[in-house]
Amino acid sequence: MAEEPLLRVEDLRTYIQLRDGVVKAVDGVSFTVGTGESVGLVGESGSGKTMTCLSIMRLMPVPSARIVGGDVWFEGRNLATESESSMQHIRGRRMAMVMQDPLAALDPVLSVGDQVDEPLRYHTPMPKSARRNRVLEVLKAVRIPKPEERLGNYPHQFSGGMRQRIVAAMGLTTSPALVIADEPTTALDVTIQAQFLTLLRDLQQQTGMSLLWVTHDLGVVAQICQRVNVMYAGRIVESGDVRRILRQPLHPYTAALMESVPVFGQKRKRLYQIPGHPPDLTKLPPGCPYYERCPLRMDICKSEYPPATPVGDGFVHCWAAAAGKAPTTTMAAATASMAS
Amino acid sequence: MARYVAGRVGQALVSLLVIATLVFFLVRLTGDPVRLLLPDFAPPEFIAHLRQTMGLDRPIWEQYLGFLGQLIRFDLGDSFNGQPVMDVLLDHLPATATLAVAALLVASLIAVPLGILSAVYKGSFVDTVARTIALLGQSVPSFWLAIILILVFGVALAWFPVAGRTGLSSYVLPAIAMGWAAVAGLVRITRSSMLEVMDSDYIRMARAKGLPTRIVYVKHGLRNAIIPVLTFAGLLVGAFMNGSVVVENVFAWPGIGKATLDAVKIRDFPVVQGAVILSALFYISINLVVDLLYAVVDPRIRYRR
Amino acid sequence: MIAHWPTALRTGGTRARRGARLLRETPMIPLAIIGVIVLGAIFAPFLAPYDPVKIDLTHALKPPFFQEGGSTAHLLGTDKLGRDVLSRLIYGGRISLVVAGAVIVVGGGIGTFLGLISGYSARRLDAVIQRGVEAVLSLPTIMVALVFVYVVGQSLLSVILVLSPFIAARFTRMVRGDVLRIREHNYVALARVAGASDARIIFRHILPNVASTIIVIATLEIGAIILVEASLSFLGVGVPAPTPAWGLMIADGREYLSTKYWMSLFPGLAIMATVLSINWIGDWLRDILDPKRQFV
Repeated sequence: MAEEPLLRVEDLRTYIQLRDGVVKAVDGVSFTVGTGESVGLVGESGSGKTMTCLSIMRLMPVPSARIVGGDVWFEGRNLATESESSMQHIRGRRMAMVMQDPLAALDPVLSVGDQVDEPLRYHTPMPKSARRNRVLEVLKAVRIPKPEERLGNYPHQFSGGMRQRIVAAMGLTTSPALVIADEPTTALDVTIQAQFLTLLRDLQQQTGMSLLWVTHDLGVVAQICQRVNVMYAGRIVESGDVRRILRQPLHPYTAALMESVPVFGQKRKRLYQIPGHPPDLTKLPPGCPYYERCPLRMDICKSEYPPATPVGDGFVHCWAAAAGKAPTTTMAAATASMAS
Repeated sequence: MARYVAGRVGQALVSLLVIATLVFFLVRLTGDPVRLLLPDFAPPEFIAHLRQTMGLDRPIWEQYLGFLGQLIRFDLGDSFNGQPVMDVLLDHLPATATLAVAALLVASLIAVPLGILSAVYKGSFVDTVARTIALLGQSVPSFWLAIILILVFGVALAWFPVAGRTGLSSYVLPAIAMGWAAVAGLVRITRSSMLEVMDSDYIRMARAKGLPTRIVYVKHGLRNAIIPVLTFAGLLVGAFMNGSVVVENVFAWPGIGKATLDAVKIRDFPVVQGAVILSALFYISINLVVDLLYAVVDPRIRYRR
Repeated sequence: MIAHWPTALRTGGTRARRGARLLRETPMIPLAIIGVIVLGAIFAPFLAPYDPVKIDLTHALKPPFFQEGGSTAHLLGTDKLGRDVLSRLIYGGRISLVVAGAVIVVGGGIGTFLGLISGYSARRLDAVIQRGVEAVLSLPTIMVALVFVYVVGQSLLSVILVLSPFIAARFTRMVRGDVLRIREHNYVALARVAGASDARIIFRHILPNVASTIIVIATLEIGAIILVEASLSFLGVGVPAPTPAWGLMIADGREYLSTKYWMSLFPGLAIMATVLSINWIGDWLRDILDPKRQFV
């Protein structure tokens, strides 16, 4: 693909200034999202995936967090250095976000109709009647029953699943090119989750929008993404085609993530837990941050951070992988079969 | 919604009942209110006669019920100079009420913008200044501030009148003296409420929608943040009724506070009793109104319960 | 709030560095001021240059030492009865502190007790206590104090007695709120399952966790009590004359305000300094005891 991807993140670094110490939340992250593509960003809590999204949209908690390096190319502009007023013009119009907790993401004192209408109101010259029609259209598209009757309702009057769909609707009204979904299914239970995923997949096919899907759940990624980036301690450790990675993860962390995802229908004795705990982001070691918990670790891993080893059209940052050693998994094949 | 309203009104009535009871027994604490009213050397027949006239020779339960009965009819008894207490107090009420409103206005005009600025520019110089002002406001005794204000603005500069309720300009100094202490609390609650709201996910969502900053902070932020501020403002009015005693004394303001103080000095007991009950009634009513307003502003309350 | 801040953000440095930071941020000035006032109150008989109630008309209305006509014999001047302002100021501090301290202990004690019961008990008892609390909080403090003192007689004890219920009501409300919150925590349920009696649960598990709230409220209310006591003395219904009280001194000096300002100015400044320092410390305490305190 020679054409410029819709979103190109290059060596992004976002650091957070604490009372005494700097948290390197995003430490040299690079990836792309093509037009019409669905890309996953996977990692545990604290891996930096949410902060990456916030950095792309420039919504980090401002006093303490700052983008200290790197570029975010989107539709010809570098979002890392754009002015706030430019960003306001892009957010909600060309790039939308679907957040994790729909009840918290919706303003409790304003009606749902008002909130879904807002992006249209402030980003388009559409008159009120046209906006109303568009709002209803979008609410129908996300399968809210009888939306005409519910425009005046407030967020707490809807169920969790519907709220999440409303939040998605808010993002879709202006037909953005890129939708960043930050763990949108975490707050939902499994059946609702499945419905929501199907919905988004369909919408994506209809509108041709791109999706950046952020989650800790590889199972979800398997269902909806074409490519995936695995994050650990603020960096991307493995990236590539979803089916390849699920079938044969090269980074020990990716393999471990897959081991710890419970798969419906598979009998297991115990849920696998990655031993150890995530590293202290204020005191990152010079070598690979996964060293302490890695079953394939070698001496060089402790002192030097592994460079990218190309794999297919992706890459992996791992000395073991570079040396040809691959982690063994039993679940890899099973999870891979879930991919569409 | 109706359930909520009924519930709140019911609570208010119960509180009023408790207060009336407290006041009733407070008065009879020394055992013999008559002794408070007459000099020690009064002959026993006088005492007995007065006791009878005041109905104090009847058993206590009768008195209590009689008292409650009167209250329901809005009858607070008669002052010792013959006038019905209710009339006396109602005469003085407008002065205090208007002063309380003026004080709230003064306090809000200063405090709410300070609180908002202080939250939006958290950690900056503005924030420090705002918090210092708040701290000072909380620490200055209102009567002292009153006399300093009189000294500086009333006497030295002669910009405002210093005694009595003589027109709009006479409101300025007393309103400042009374409202100043409230600035602290108001700034604080506005600031903390704004901070909490600004940190919330729906504000981030509003920003993620690319809404103009003004819309984010005013339409989403303020509307949510104002809710606790309103409740606090309600409480403030009660505090103003309370503080009115002192400020009215300093400015010779013809309000309930002054009436109460005068009554205490000449031992006109029914007036004092009535003033306490009326103040409490005022406070409870305002709080009730604020709670009901709450339901209007915050739809979560309206549709639940 | 972002749902998952990593643990790194919660620790914020080594123990030594946190200790040093704590020391750096401790508000020294207000602590020093309070220290001075407390010491002054305790050692009043030794520190005050004169007997605060001794009348000496020959030296009446003398200005403070830095003004013309003043002398170092009476550093802050004298009032209309020739009593030394500085001495009265020092003894006045005693009254303010004693009243505030007693009211906090009595009112706070009762309030905490009722708050614990109210928050922990069945809804009926809770509702009853709550109505009582609301009623007391609806009463205008100063007016009621006026009535009470008039009925019972003016004395130190009556001032303390009348102010205590108001403080108790505030404590009850806040403690109850805390108890309701803590009650839901796992360790309470565990204790109950383990068979602990209610009283034991309240005192061993809930009370220690409410302690920080109590400390913060107490500090913040002390300032308020001092102000109310000053107002009462100002109106003439506080501690009876000739015992010096700051509010009373301000009232006494009122008629001479434009020319002989010192009689009212210094007690006012004293009140301000005291309450300001206490509130400052209270704010600081509230900040460091706040469990959510982490970030820059």
